[in-house]
Amino acid sequence: MDPQRKRKIRLVVALSTAVLLAVALIYTSFSASTEAKEPSELLGAAPGTSYEMTGRVVKGSIQREGNGIAFRVVDRDGGGQALPVTYTGAVPDPFRGGREIVLTGAIEQGTFVGEPETLITKCPSKFTTKSDV
Amino acid sequence: MSSLGSALLGLAFLAALAAGALALAGRKGDERLLTLSRRTVYGFCGLITACVVIIELAFIGDDFSFQIVQEHSSIETPSGYKLAAMWSSQEGSLLLWAFVLSLASSAALWATRRRLRDLVPWATAVMMGVAAFFTGLMLFAPDVDPFATATMQAANGMSVTPTDGVGLNPLLQHPSMMIHPPMLYSGYVAFTVPFAFAIGALVTRRLDAEWIRATRRFALIAWAFLGLGLLLGARWSYTELGWGGYWAWDPVENAALMPWLLGTAFLHSIMVQEKRGMLKVWNASLIVGTFSMALLGTFLVRSGVLQSIHAFGDNTVGPYILGLIGVVLVGSTALIVSRLDDLRSPKRIDSLASRESVFLVNNLLLVGMTAVIFWGTFFPLISELFTGEKASLAAPWFDRYTTPLAILLVVFTGIGPLLAWRRVSWESAKRVFRVPLIAAAVVTVILVAFTDATDNLWALALFAFAAFALTGLAQEFWSGAAARRQLTGEPGAQALVGLVSRNRRRYGGYIVHVGIVVLLIGIAASSSFQTNRDVELRPGESTVVDGRTITYVKPTVAVDAEKFTFGSVLRIEEDGEVVGFVRPSRRFFRPTGQDSGTIGSFFAGEATSEVGLRPGPWHDLWIAEQPNIAEVQRGVRQADKGFQACIRGVPGSPPECKALGLIMRASVGNPRREAQALAQIAKLQSLAAEDVAEGFLRSDAASTFKVIVNPLVTWMWIGGLIALAGALIALWPARGRRRGALVHTEADARKEAKYREIRDAELDHATGKLSDEDFALVDSELRREAIEILDGAGNGSANASGNGNGNGARPREPEKAERS
Repeated sequence: MDPQRKRKIRLVVALSTAVLLAVALIYTSFSASTEAKEPSELLGAAPGTSYEMTGRVVKGSIQREGNGIAFRVVDRDGGGQALPVTYTGAVPDPFRGGREIVLTGAIEQGTFVGEPETLITKCPSKFTTKSDV
Repeated sequence: MSSLGSALLGLAFLAALAAGALALAGRKGDERLLTLSRRTVYGFCGLITACVVIIELAFIGDDFSFQIVQEHSSIETPSGYKLAAMWSSQEGSLLLWAFVLSLASSAALWATRRRLRDLVPWATAVMMGVAAFFTGLMLFAPDVDPFATATMQAANGMSVTPTDGVGLNPLLQHPSMMIHPPMLYSGYVAFTVPFAFAIGALVTRRLDAEWIRATRRFALIAWAFLGLGLLLGARWSYTELGWGGYWAWDPVENAALMPWLLGTAFLHSIMVQEKRGMLKVWNASLIVGTFSMALLGTFLVRSGVLQSIHAFGDNTVGPYILGLIGVVLVGSTALIVSRLDDLRSPKRIDSLASRESVFLVNNLLLVGMTAVIFWGTFFPLISELFTGEKASLAAPWFDRYTTPLAILLVVFTGIGPLLAWRRVSWESAKRVFRVPLIAAAVVTVILVAFTDATDNLWALALFAFAAFALTGLAQEFWSGAAARRQLTGEPGAQALVGLVSRNRRRYGGYIVHVGIVVLLIGIAASSSFQTNRDVELRPGESTVVDGRTITYVKPTVAVDAEKFTFGSVLRIEEDGEVVGFVRPSRRFFRPTGQDSGTIGSFFAGEATSEVGLRPGPWHDLWIAEQPNIAEVQRGVRQADKGFQACIRGVPGSPPECKALGLIMRASVGNPRREAQALAQIAKLQSLAAEDVAEGFLRSDAASTFKVIVNPLVTWMWIGGLIALAGALIALWPARGRRRGALVHTEADARKEAKYREIRDAELDHATGKLSDEDFALVDSELRREAIEILDGAGNGSANASGNGNGNGARPREPEKAERS
């Protein structure tokens, strides 16, 4: 085979691999992702669908419940109606009232039930601007 | 002091602009202007250093008139953390960026002060442009002035200097947090140097390997720092955050991993350009990509566009950095496109079975991995763009792609060192591949027969290929040392040391490979075969996790001025024998600078886990505790109520309490007595706090323990350290050049590179990778090229801009690789 042709074949193979990877990437990312919502949008959400909820924990609402905890969250700007949440599993160190959290879970009977090990609490001290302090 | 700092910062900004302008003015080779420009860069470095010193002195001296000190430190902050508190702030981290950049630019210009005359002015302009950008941000962007002053309203309405600061978040008070950010920044920033020289090379069309030779060390230093920063971050997460993991595919982690991956690709592909003159477009694009990723990392932490565990205040500097990334990307792309004709290489890859083609595959894998991570990281924005809904991708999605890519990388890490440059004959391939392939097969059989590695086929594949790669690398050291021993007659160990120190780049690189493969083994084992259990135990109870009996022996309590610590002593038994004790605890911090008049305030601040860790070569036992402090908090409320009653003088309260109330009332309006009374109360309160905390010991409450048995995770850290050691060996200047090691003329550099190539070929031949005929061919070609270089150095035709000083000597036979 002449080298010119060989190079062309190589290029085609490389490009089609890249295209395949890209298509797989795009397809799986849209099917595997979970929608991000704020608590007020979740109040009337359909039960059973998995969402990634981002909100602010209401101060003083955290209670121990069986093996886990129960608390309420509001939208990040502090507004909206509070959404009750239950969560079982490890609680990150920075978790407490007033903090922003990200939690994956679904609505069950009006309560947002978090999946274990998905609770993320934002660490408040780094790079906060004056208004956040 | 702060106005002095502001003035110095302003001067630094002007110095950066001046240095860049002088360099451009002298770009036609005006020696005086270029020297002046270089010295101005040193001056910029001095000014920024002075700014850093002023800030650090303010931190050490508790000068709360500095806003940055007031917001990130306090009198009680331990002094080591006072030093580190600078970079926990937005403005301090920008100052750190500028500081590291000023050091890196000065070092780069010092090292190239006698070479690359045509290219250096442009590189200087790029570096100083970036420096002026970051210095300018601190001066002109709102809210990021490191020298802003803090005031507070006094009772009489006057503004006064605060007397104490807010303090450093206890979560950040961890040894690795002190050095993690500066390591990451050094990594990000040092990539500016190769980027700037690449731009210089493109502008001046000096597109041989000179700019690469001049900046290879900086790329390697950047890579090593970034790697160390990632490792320290992982370690911090593992031992401090109480969730038991070291990597979460969090956007900010990804932002640091992406430039590291691209930097890895760059370090490999520049070798192909150095040796074979190929991949020029690729290398230029890679360094542009790497630098943009480094800027992107800086941007992400400050922008608030993505949800992350790392807090992003939405703030003011994000858009500016995004603008800089845009300028870098558009400008560099235009430059590369306009130079495409000059970038075309006359040479082609000879054979698919050659080291350069393995490098190309490894590059594609690394870039592919970066593309996957980039897509996943920015998916929330992409999805919002197309569907209008923000949606995010979790760890399993990332794992699905990065796992096979990482395994393929290990495969090619194994193959690469076994192949010679240019071509490999079938005979020599059979010779060098035999032992590693046998090793892989043996390890696979052993793992399948004796362990449950078949539960996770990805991990099994990784272990098998890791065995292949490690054996191949060991064989490289072995046969190289054997060849050297034959020639020099040195004993084995000495031959090995001589081999490595004589060929630092090559064997340092191999040591990095060993480290990375070991690290991947640690990651694969600990992520695939981890036992993770949450158990609730009362004192005296025990549980069995993965064959170990864990007994909650007793609770522990400690109280001091800043925190409550509730913990436990756990006894670990294996096969009925006590092997040790583990002491996890949880600390509750009192917020500083706020009303701390009640015991309850201890529970209003941060809480941190102190993980009980029992590391071992085979398993880590990792235990974090969530104590049930409901009982204690009840006691705290009661005690606080009692104190309130006391101070108000409610009838029926105990006599010492009544006295306290009297003191309080009597001291109103008398500052000295008031202070005395407050001290009295604080003393009584701390006694009460201790008393209440001890309630935890009696409460018999069940604590929740998170128990993780992590196999081989120790090897992750060991592998990282091995890789770092390898990088240091590769960085260390070669023997005989140690004095002024980084400074030499262009002709020297070219000569040395050619000698190294000849030595490499000799080594490949001696270790059986290059057949006799191939070696004869390659060797004669290389020697011809070497003589051409030496001749050129004599009459000055081949070094267009170097001064060729001291190179008029006759061609000298390059030293044999095996002789020292």
